[in-house]
Amino acid sequence: MSMWEYANPKRFMGWTRPVLPWTFALAGVCLVVGLVWGFFFTPDDFRQGSTVKIIYLHVPAALMAINAWIMMLVASLIWVVRRHHVSALAARAAAPVGVTMTLIALFTGAIWGQPMWGTYWAWDPRLTSFLILFLFYLGYIALWEAIEDPDTAADLTSVLCMVGSIFAILSRYAVLFWSQGLHQGASLSLDKEENVADVFWFPLLVCIAGFVFLFIALVLMRTRTEIRARRMRALEARVQRA
Amino acid sequence: MIALLRRDLKLAVRAGGGFGLGLAFFLIVVVLVPFGVGPETELLSRIAPGILWVASLLAALLSLDRIFALDYEDGSLALLATSPLPLEGVGLIKALAHWITTGLPLTIAAPALGFLLSLAPEAYAYLLLSLLIGTPALSMIGTFGAALTVGLRRGGLLLSLLVLPLYVPTLIFGAEAVRRGADGLDPTGALLLLGGITAGTFALLPFATAATLRINLR
Repeated sequence: MSMWEYANPKRFMGWTRPVLPWTFALAGVCLVVGLVWGFFFTPDDFRQGSTVKIIYLHVPAALMAINAWIMMLVASLIWVVRRHHVSALAARAAAPVGVTMTLIALFTGAIWGQPMWGTYWAWDPRLTSFLILFLFYLGYIALWEAIEDPDTAADLTSVLCMVGSIFAILSRYAVLFWSQGLHQGASLSLDKEENVADVFWFPLLVCIAGFVFLFIALVLMRTRTEIRARRMRALEARVQRA
Repeated sequence: MIALLRRDLKLAVRAGGGFGLGLAFFLIVVVLVPFGVGPETELLSRIAPGILWVASLLAALLSLDRIFALDYEDGSLALLATSPLPLEGVGLIKALAHWITTGLPLTIAAPALGFLLSLAPEAYAYLLLSLLIGTPALSMIGTFGAALTVGLRRGGLLLSLLVLPLYVPTLIFGAEAVRRGADGLDPTGALLLLGGITAGTFALLPFATAATLRINLR
């Protein structure tokens, strides 16, 4: 019995069915608790005023936007190495979720940037790399949509995902070279002394957990849909042959 | 390998189009910019490095879908795949042929167009140098993109969507080198990084290209 057996489509459908509602419930609880706590029970920042509260949407969305791509990369690698169909479908399912997270991060950032920096958009390295990440997501989704044969599509998109990851990292550091930053440094890191104050930190953690569960739930649900869609196509093909 | 390179070059020259078309496109984009932003010499000379780089990037993009499409349709790509030459080599040669037919002419023509945009006199050497170092990377990345979309009927638009984000680092370092040259700063760092990108793409992307070609030929 290895962990790979859980990726068998039938088993996958079996264990995700009971897990899915729980994941959604956890995501809902975390998000409601985190957002209500963050919006109504934390003090305003002494310089940023109440605008600081957009952090509860902005930071988790930005985190998940990057993690979704990393998850797609891992799923692509698993597909290339072990040819697990569920893995390829999970990568496909994660892409639209990731693109939405990227958009949320960009929009909340713009809304926050207008009062704080005096502009909705600036060609700052972090903002620019997110825009580039958005373009990578678009290309990846477009390639999935364009190819009819599912195995070829899975193969080509995983190659694109791997090459794209290298270029995404390269672009991240290239834009640092190109422009000076307006965006503050990382507000969350494990190795630094100076982090966000605890009052903001705990609700933020709850929100991040909420976004993680939401992401897992959405990807599981979309993967189930993809599996069903593929079963349906197989049935149709069988009917046509008969 | 040399036979394949010679064949590709001959095809590109005799079929017309590809060779001159990219150059003409480059010229037109550069000529259109002053109509868009106004004829002030100062403004033009400030944006010239970026315009020249973006225009050459677009011109290189124009001929990408021809790299594999014709060979795929008439079956010679399948023949190449069964030949003793590994597909990695095929990808490399195709990129090289694309560079000789588009990248190199663009590089040679760029200083003349820099004149139109009143580029700072100090920057010409760096413009030539940065395009010479950078355009091979554009061809190699584009060859990979062309291999990804070779089996698709209308791959042209998708190809640009896939390839343009991959061009970002090359564009940044290339244009930055020219800009620093124009401002009298030291552009060595940007040029070295640009060379690094070119070397890296030529080392790694032939393998990715060959892998995608194998998938598409399956």
